[in-house]
Amino acid sequence: MEHKNINVKLKVWRQKNSKEKGSFETYNANNISQEMSFLEMFDVLNEQLIVEGKDPVAFDHDCREGICGMCSMYINGRPHGPWQANTTCQLHMRAFNDGDTIVVEPWRANAFPVVKDLMVDRSAFDRVIQAGGYISVNTGNAVDANALPVDKAKADAAFAAAACIGCGACVAACKNSSAMLFVSAKAAHLNQLPQGEPEKKTRVINMVAQMDKEGFGACTNTGACEAVCPKEISITNIARLNADYAVASLTATK
Amino acid sequence: MLNSKIPAGPLETKWKNYKSTCKLVNPANKRSLEVIVIGTGLAGASAAASLGELGYKVKAFCFQDSPRRAHSIAAQGGINAAKNYQNDGDSVYRLFYDTIKGGDYRAREGNVHRLAEVSTNIIDQCVAQGVPFAREYGGLLSNRSFGGTQVQRTFYAAGQTGQQLLIGAYQALERQVALGNVTMYARHEMLDIVMIDGKARGIIARNLVTGELERHFGHAVLLCSGGYGNVFYLSTNAMGSNVTAAWKAHRKGAYFSNPCFTQIHPTCIPVSGDHQSKLTLMSESLRNDGRIWVPKKQGDTRKPNEIPEEERDYYLERRYPAFGNLVPRDVASRAAKERCDAGYGVGTSKQAVYLDYAAAIQRYGKIEAGKRGINADADTITQMGKDVVKEKYGNLFDMYAKITGENPYEVPMRIYPAVHYTMGGLWVDYELMTNIPGLYALGEANFSDHGANRLGASALMQGLADGYFVIPYTIGNYLADEIRVKAISTDHPAFAEAESKVRDRIHMLMNIKGTKTVESFHKRLGKIIWDKCGMARNAEGLKQAIKEVQQLKQEFWSDVRIPGEINEMNPELDKANRVADFIELGELMCIDALNREESCGGHFREEHQTEEGEALRHDDKFMYVASWEMKGEHEWQLHKEELNYEVVKPSQRSYK
Repeated sequence: MEHKNINVKLKVWRQKNSKEKGSFETYNANNISQEMSFLEMFDVLNEQLIVEGKDPVAFDHDCREGICGMCSMYINGRPHGPWQANTTCQLHMRAFNDGDTIVVEPWRANAFPVVKDLMVDRSAFDRVIQAGGYISVNTGNAVDANALPVDKAKADAAFAAAACIGCGACVAACKNSSAMLFVSAKAAHLNQLPQGEPEKKTRVINMVAQMDKEGFGACTNTGACEAVCPKEISITNIARLNADYAVASLTATK
Repeated sequence: MLNSKIPAGPLETKWKNYKSTCKLVNPANKRSLEVIVIGTGLAGASAAASLGELGYKVKAFCFQDSPRRAHSIAAQGGINAAKNYQNDGDSVYRLFYDTIKGGDYRAREGNVHRLAEVSTNIIDQCVAQGVPFAREYGGLLSNRSFGGTQVQRTFYAAGQTGQQLLIGAYQALERQVALGNVTMYARHEMLDIVMIDGKARGIIARNLVTGELERHFGHAVLLCSGGYGNVFYLSTNAMGSNVTAAWKAHRKGAYFSNPCFTQIHPTCIPVSGDHQSKLTLMSESLRNDGRIWVPKKQGDTRKPNEIPEEERDYYLERRYPAFGNLVPRDVASRAAKERCDAGYGVGTSKQAVYLDYAAAIQRYGKIEAGKRGINADADTITQMGKDVVKEKYGNLFDMYAKITGENPYEVPMRIYPAVHYTMGGLWVDYELMTNIPGLYALGEANFSDHGANRLGASALMQGLADGYFVIPYTIGNYLADEIRVKAISTDHPAFAEAESKVRDRIHMLMNIKGTKTVESFHKRLGKIIWDKCGMARNAEGLKQAIKEVQQLKQEFWSDVRIPGEINEMNPELDKANRVADFIELGELMCIDALNREESCGGHFREEHQTEEGEALRHDDKFMYVASWEMKGEHEWQLHKEELNYEVVKPSQRSYK
């Protein structure tokens, strides 16, 4: 694989904190190896800013292997940048050409207020999970794991939904800032398993209520969420959630 | 004297007897007992959830924006449990034995046996929580093999087992948050332990968003803050993984054990350049099907696919026919280093070996063709084989392709060992309590279960064992005597003093206003430790490293440049706090490695090897846990905890 070094121009959103207004700043990132990840390119930029006595760009990141869900840049109008099924930390500079201008923003959504620069507050997702994204089983109550066989197709489907990393790209991509893909993925994970059956109805009602309370917008099925999801969570989960929600609402006992 | 408090009696009954006789706390009293949990990985989240369920008032802290981000999430391969679902001869004793042997006879028998015992409960618990483990068509759970064992006991969820287990624990934790039993503090970093009358009674934490220092009281404090692999700068750990919480405890008197026992994982994507910020693991499960090789000719520059079969050296299969590509990690890593050092390495850096899936693709393709009863041509067989490999390891292959720009279905992957896990950590007794009363360490943060080398799929097991099944019992044995202690006001002078020391240190760091970035110091530290206290160590190099680290410390404290302010979000300041601690730890690691004049597990002293280049232990002199007490600047005192093997007879490990 041939690699070369490139120069790019970055237009980066700078915002001191949640109270102050932000704006774009332009930086040059020169002599960037195409083998670098996008965040490593930002590391280089930050080192340069510190040496120049300027404030480095704050951004969320941790595992840098595409699984923790912490990185969250909106790159050239697309969450996590141009590659399919990818996170920002796994985006590599091979995706760009010499002389490119790259615009980098935080996730934009009322439910995700900016903390600083490219960092946002995604605690709304945690509160949605608190509303019902679990199976109520205390430690020590479990029967033997193989006492409850689970249809492989269902187990696989549950796993595919559970692969969600909670990054929030779906919300950032949606024109309404809807969190339906996130919520539906968790519902699909738990509702398809026999262990999750007893709480199925309360789960969907409570999670959807919390989602609305957090200020996420409505879903209009445009599919932008699925298109940018780093884990390729399927939009069919939303249909399933809507169906489960309808049944739960119609048969609610309280 | 260190008292490990291993219960008396036969090995198989120790834990059972402990559970039946330890003190209990009644539900009404639990409501007024407060527990602080630092870190929300597998150990922390499971502990916080379980203690919340029991009725304790729990406060949980993590530095990430959500507890679900903790680095346990990145564990790929799986979790061991002695279920014997495969009927292949597994048992609690075998899991215990494999772990002790894999750890090169430097772990405690009592702890490891307990770990093997509760391993089966973990799988049950996780399935009940809805963790979607891989299943067979009959609906029952599937298993795979892992290094250092000859049975299939590893449960997994594709290459995302850690993610699924952590999400399970995270959901249990969030349920307790919703029920009001746990209060969650995300984007907070613990910066000191508060001690009152010789007991751990709380912490000082920095709110990473506002920069404010906060005081939190607890009747007990649990450190579940993970390992210290980032001392090497480049490792498979997350960028934020740090030793700070454990190190603050160490500075307050908690002993740090076996710091030189670090695990270098054999299958990681090689370093590509100076810009590299971290290394990425390719799961050990890939060694199930992949074959590791280098060219038989030194400095061979041909492309891998141009090198004929007979000119390839499958060196693990050659050296270790019984275990082949599935030897333990320390053995596989050293073998790769040996080949590269001898000039057989591949890729542009020559610091890599091949992990080849061509044979597995053909084998699986033929099995598929057989299953479907078709007489397929070569291309179809290859395609069907690729489909099987994709189902098993697809996410790992994708990750490799993104990072390297190469297609691992077509060309062999290049891999090289990288720092992955740290067996050393805070000294704890059987109850997971450090030598400071009321201060506990769980999961990777403690030293207790893996000896000098951890077997694959055992880290997840230990984290969850400690959090779900051990601490709920052992903490009661301590807190039962604390029920008369009312919550102590955070106005207590001990809190004020601890906070002012933290504040002073932060001011000192900010006021250095030097010329070099925190990152540059971290990189230099990593290079010293990797070169001299990495896969192979010797006395001369270690002595040199100690000097270099001491110099680095001095330079750091006089020339580091931290931008920004104290009372605001300041990631550079947070990083500086962590790197300052890593520097001190780096020195202790080298001291420990110098002291241990033997080779065992991940600790390979070049002076101590067999004629065949295998690790040579000196059981007569070093059958002990090296626990270090900090006495002052650059000064530590060694305390030895002798290891007694009552059941297993230590022998030279053989995987041939």
